[in-house]
Amino acid sequence: MSGPMVKAEGVHKRFGRLEVLKGITLEVRKGEVMCLLGPSGSGKSTFLRCINHLEKINSGRLSVDGELVGYRQVGDKLHELRESEVARKRAGIGMVFQHFNLFPHMTALENVTCAPIRVKKVPRADARARAQELLARVGLAEKAGAYPAQLSGGQQQRVAIARALAMEPKLMLFDEPTSALDPELVGDVLEAMQQLARDGMTMIVVTHEMGFAREVADTVVFMDGGVVLESGRPADVIGHPRHERTRSFLSKVL
Amino acid sequence: MPSDEVTETQGRPEDIRAVPVKHPGRWLASAIVLVLAVVIVHSVVTNPRFEWSVVGHYLFDERILEGLRVTLELTVIAMAIGIVLGVLLSIMRLSPNPLVSGASWLYIWFFRGTPVLVQLFFWYFIAALYPKIDIGIPFGTAFIHGNANTLVKPFTAAILGLGLNEGAYMAEIVRAGIISVDEGQTLAAQSLGLTRLQTLRRIVLPQAMRVIIPPTGNETISMLKTTALASTIAVPELLYAAGIIYSVNFKTIQLLIVVSGWYLLCTSILYVGQYYLERYFARGAARELSPTALQRLRAGWLSYGHHEGGIR
Repeated sequence: MSGPMVKAEGVHKRFGRLEVLKGITLEVRKGEVMCLLGPSGSGKSTFLRCINHLEKINSGRLSVDGELVGYRQVGDKLHELRESEVARKRAGIGMVFQHFNLFPHMTALENVTCAPIRVKKVPRADARARAQELLARVGLAEKAGAYPAQLSGGQQQRVAIARALAMEPKLMLFDEPTSALDPELVGDVLEAMQQLARDGMTMIVVTHEMGFAREVADTVVFMDGGVVLESGRPADVIGHPRHERTRSFLSKVL
Repeated sequence: MPSDEVTETQGRPEDIRAVPVKHPGRWLASAIVLVLAVVIVHSVVTNPRFEWSVVGHYLFDERILEGLRVTLELTVIAMAIGIVLGVLLSIMRLSPNPLVSGASWLYIWFFRGTPVLVQLFFWYFIAALYPKIDIGIPFGTAFIHGNANTLVKPFTAAILGLGLNEGAYMAEIVRAGIISVDEGQTLAAQSLGLTRLQTLRRIVLPQAMRVIIPPTGNETISMLKTTALASTIAVPELLYAAGIIYSVNFKTIQLLIVVSGWYLLCTSILYVGQYYLERYFARGAARELSPTALQRLRAGWLSYGHHEGGIR
């Protein structure tokens, strides 16, 4: 296999004087599922947003599939990418949000077809056929005509996953995808994600679902205070944490 | 929305049948309102000075109808300018470039800070300030040369005055609408690869519409009436047409009644239009759309039905 899908070297991110990421270094291989664990405020979500340039990093290097995020390197100088170039790169990275962020004025089907039609210029009929397929894949074939407000949280999140998949991303980012769901609805969403992992999708998942991390993740990364405290196979990090901080966190969530 | 489900009543405890509370206050208030209504209607119908036959005679007078046409034209064009300008100004206002947002702020400050009547006069007398108007490259060649008096006729002055003023108000309305849309929508759209402009057009503005439409409807209704100010700069709109007639026959009140009748009819039509527009843009926001007037009639309860209670 060629190089890693995501490579971060000493990534720093500040909001004003608050330093949220204090040097993140990690690699995600192609086809790998990585779970980011850690207390809230540890910078997991911010790091996720940096990967598709929703947030600009202040220092360090961050690249996706061998290309720098948000910049082009000419010699030893970095040039900011134009908005259209950033948008094109984002189109190749799917993102799923904690609060779904479905477009409420569009039906489930329109939510899924919107980006392919507008960004990829896919013919409308093709986009609709593909969207139907994707909705069927997440178990929502009959809900194509429903508006988000008519769907349960779990159904909305699965539509959001289908929406992201419609752009045929090479990488999927999940930002606490089940945190806003009723406990009984979590299972369907996790199942859809597990299916995706089995299909070989590269995924970075910020989650508090330890069961999912243990079963599905190839690598688990524990973050706290803007740094990576430890990472490794789930059995090691969750089963035999080396850091006291990891141990105390896990004892609270397990 | 109340559910229409009717479950079986068998096997359930009996419905409560209590003696309702008496509301003597409501009866008294109703009586007062009724008596007042009768008094007003009686006086309007029996007072011969109203001269209803004259009102009827001029209601469909050719000059009045022509004035109405000009009023509607003014309203539509001025609102169109106002809305386009408002969207543009609000986007400028939200721009990260301080010069661009500052320019928008200055525009809004000026046009909201001076009376629209003064602005109308200003455009009407523009020739005093700029006798010649050239349109072309600044400090370069001009493509259109013109005498301001021939370029800016009263109708043009009214369009400019009303439209540019409206733009300032619409800008604030659109901006409020844009701000009201959850930031997560923009994030989601951007993560899908939509550009800033696509996000605004396809995702943010359609949702902002729910907030923008009701005040815009009010603005349109208000504009319809504000066009009457154009009569002061000799635009032959509805009020001006009536003025021409009553300056000859001195049936001032009767013609003002004619004018009021037409304004009322037009604003009523706009109310209905606004209702349907709001309904259209509410899709997705509510689980069920509110019923149209027809649906309500069909359901057997008139438009007052959903205003429960009233006087308490």
